Formats: sequence, structure tokens, C-alpha cells
Amino acid sequence: MNYSWDFLVYFKQSVTGEGVYWRLLASGLGWTVLLSLSAWVLALVLALGIGIARTLPSPLLRWPAAVYVHCFRNIPLLVQVFLWFYVVPELLPEAIGRAIKQAPATTSQFLTMLLALTLFTAAKAAELVRAGIESVPRGQKQAAMAMGLGFVDSYRLVIVPQALRIIVAPLTSDFMNVFKNSAVALTIGLMELTGRTRQFSEFSAQPFEAFLAATLIYMGVTWCVVLLMRHVETRLRIPGRRGADVWMASTGVP
Amino acid sequence: MITIRTSVKAAFCVSLSMLATSLHAQEFTGTLKKIQDTGTITLGTRGASVPFNYLDDNNKQAGFAWEIALRVSDKVKQVLNRADLKTRNLEVTPQTRIALVANQTVDLECSSTTHSLERENQVNFSVTYFSVGARIMVRSDSAIADWKGLAGKNVVVGAGTTTERLLRQVNEREKLGINIIMAPDINEGSMSVESGRADAFVADDSGLFSSAARARNPAKWKIVGEPLEREAYGCMMRKGDAQFKKLVDDLIIDMMKRGEMTALYEKYFTQPLNVRNGFNLQMPMQPATRELYENPSDKVL
Repeated sequence: MNYSWDFLVYFKQSVTGEGVYWRLLASGLGWTVLLSLSAWVLALVLALGIGIARTLPSPLLRWPAAVYVHCFRNIPLLVQVFLWFYVVPELLPEAIGRAIKQAPATTSQFLTMLLALTLFTAAKAAELVRAGIESVPRGQKQAAMAMGLGFVDSYRLVIVPQALRIIVAPLTSDFMNVFKNSAVALTIGLMELTGRTRQFSEFSAQPFEAFLAATLIYMGVTWCVVLLMRHVETRLRIPGRRGADVWMASTGVP
Repeated sequence: MITIRTSVKAAFCVSLSMLATSLHAQEFTGTLKKIQDTGTITLGTRGASVPFNYLDDNNKQAGFAWEIALRVSDKVKQVLNRADLKTRNLEVTPQTRIALVANQTVDLECSSTTHSLERENQVNFSVTYFSVGARIMVRSDSAIADWKGLAGKNVVVGAGTTTERLLRQVNEREKLGINIIMAPDINEGSMSVESGRADAFVADDSGLFSSAARARNPAKWKIVGEPLEREAYGCMMRKGDAQFKKLVDDLIIDMMKRGEMTALYEKYFTQPLNVRNGFNLQMPMQPATRELYENPSDKVL
């Protein structure tokens, strides 16, 4: 390979006069983190509702939730983003469509991507919530009923809290995926981390340094997610259930 | 004595240098050696860079710069004396092309690739075969007439192109406050203006002429603004490979001197193309390009 490496390129001025190259990456990282965290929070709330709805006896609540999950889980995120960004404004009444399209570019790109990423992520997380609820032993529900709790209270106080604790580990990988999926935003022009990296690579003609940095940054971010979720998992672990051996070891029970 | 010694020495030097030349004539280095060893030359292609390097309606690679690349591959066959040499096409994008040439996946990329000083750090450029300038495409009823008119507007530009860089430079320099929207390729660029998401599309003049010609209603569009600055298009190849660069340069200069380049220009810029019902760019040769064919150069413009 005939490549001249230049690891000082991160500290060079961008040819566009927009500042130093590492600043391009930093601003991209900012958008990636903002987009992913907000999408994750919204998706969790939505997933909780949809996931619970999928386990309810009433078909009126169960069916719409199932349709939602199947639609948003089975269409690639990239396609969904294109639909929201290019097609939906054309289908809306003309005045509303025009207002959306004339909005400041970054705002409309960010909001479109937030919507798409939230709905996509929520569909996957809702399935985890449902699986979590279904994996709570049936005896727990029966016991709750026997204690005199109603249907709502047995969900609220007994089943859902246990289900959420069970699914913390699989949620970790969903959380990581949000960060990685956010890179799709560059296809509608949002300058998040991958978008900025491509710009950096193009303006500086040092593509390997640019993508090396992006790789390390993504690894760093997702590693933070792992650490955070591991912490959450330890705090929320139910003694005597998942990970009981670790708990016993830490408390000295043989 | 001295004379004899000197002449012996001279003869020795001559024979040495002759030996060196004969060796040189046979010994290939860099790209040519790699092509000889692998029996394959890899050419970079583009999907939609009309009329430089694109897929036509029969799904065949075509284009002004693509034909230059094919001429190079013929020449390489001749020089290596290998008629069995295979030509492999590899599609590249503005974002991948430099990395693929630098890591030796692609041997030669001839398309709408601008020769810039930064890129010279990683790759070599051939003699320039085309000159373009960034301009602005707007709807024909738009009030935008020049670069200043873009102030505060939504403007779309191809991501990872030198035009994006030029637009950002103007934006910073003139404090225009342009909302720059990035489009992954030229089609999405014109789509953004057509759907009303952007007020203007900034690209190379040749790209804009081809976008306008391909639009459903070409009369709906106009191309405005003075070209920002001239840019040189050249074939991109591995850095530091003087032998291969000389082969490509000699071929291109030869095409210019024989008038082949002008004929190629006529074919792609003034006649109907085999794409989208035979649209015609109707773009007469600019003085800057004519000047290049008369005085070939491999310098950044």
C-alpha cells in the first residue's frame, strides 16, 4: 500500500475554514449522542406501552400493537427514513408538506431521524418487554391476585417490575444498536459522526485516519453503554433469580 | 594511457547504461507489475456520473472519462504484451474512491474526479482532460441569480464532493448563513430542489447541465452564477508510480494532439446519449477546456 499516514491531521485546519478536523468529529459525535439518547428514551417509553399491550387479553389493544411491531420491525431502517423524509411530506396536505420541507434543514433532518429511529427501536424493544412479561413465572401473577391486587395493580407492582429487570441484558444490545443505527441519518444529510467522518476524509484526503478515529469513537461510546447497563443490571438484579450464583458469591451464601 | 583508460571507462559506462535501459524496457514496477502479476487491471466505475462515467440504458458502462480508462487498459495490454489481460470493473463512490486507489484495490479511476492539492498527498492525477466550475441550478421562476442570492437559503450539494467544500468556503468567507443540505448523489440533489426542500442545487456545471437535461421538464430549470473557480478533472491512480503515470499521461496527450479528445467531447457533450431517452447535454466546449487540449497540463487549476 502506498499511503502517507499523517496522525497530526486531526489538529489541522479544515480546508473549508470551519475549524480544526477534530472539531468536525466532535460536533458529529454531539449529534450522534443527542439523537441516540433521545431516541432511546422515547423508544423505551413507547416500547413499554406497546410491549404490555401485546400481552393483554383485550384484542382491541393487542392487535394494533402487533401490527405496529410487525410493520416497524420488518422494514429496514434506511427505507423507513427515506419514507419519512421524502415520501410522507408529499402525502400530507400541501401547506403542511411545504412547511415541513421549508423548515431549517438540520431541524427537519434531526426530527425526521428521531421519529424514524424511535419507532424502529421501540418496535424491537417492545418485543423484549413482551418476552420479559411472558417469562415472569405464572405463579407470580396468581400470587398477586391472591394477595387481593387487581389486574392493573398486579401488572404495575408485580409483573412489569420483574419483567423489566429480566430484560436489562438484552436491552443493552438494543441500546448499542441505537448508536450504530443513528449513522443512517447521514443519508438524509444530518451531519452526525459518520457524516462528519466522511467529510473529514474527503476534505483532508486522509480517509484512513478519519475512519480510524470514527471506529475508536464508536467503540468508546458503545463501551460506555455496556458499562452503564452493567451497572444498572447489578443494581436491579433480583436475588434468587437471574445471576443468583453471583449474588450468592457476593453475600457469602454457600 | 589516459585516453585509453578514459575511453574504456566511457565504454563501460555506455554499456552499463545500455544494460540499464534494456532492463528498464522490460522491468515493470508498481501498478504495471501488479497488473502483469495478477493478469487483471481494475478500473473504477461510477453509476450516475453522466456523461463522464455512468451506466447507460442497456446497463453498460459508458462515458467520456470511461472511454479514456478503456484506452489506457488497451495500452497496458500492448505494453505488457498480454492480450489475455482481464479488465475488472469496480464501482466506487465519491467517498470510497481515494481509499480504494490508495490501498491498491483500484488501479485507475477516470470519472468526474477533481484534482486537488490535498488529494495529491494520497494519489497521482493524470493530465487534466476536462475543466469544470461550480454553479447554481434553480427553478426558472427563482429570484436567485448569483452566490450572494443563496444567503439564508436551503441549498443542496453532493456529499463528499469538492463542490461541497467550495460552497462551505464561500459560506464561511462571505458569512452567507446558507443552510447546507447534503445529498448522497446527484439524483437526490436535483430531487431535493424539485420537491421544494431546497431552493438551489450547487454542483459542477457539467453535472448541472446533465441534471437539467434529464429533468422531466428541462425548461423548468435555469443555471445561474459565475463558476466559483475552475477545477481540473483527471484520472486518479496510485501515488508515486511514475512509470504508470507516464503511460497514462502520454496516452491522454496523444489523444489531445490527434484530435481524438475533441471527437470524444463531441460524442458525449453535444450529441444524444444512450440514457433516459437519448438526452443531449448541449454543452459546447468551454474555452478553458479547449485551452487544456492545446497545452496539456497535470497541474491543479
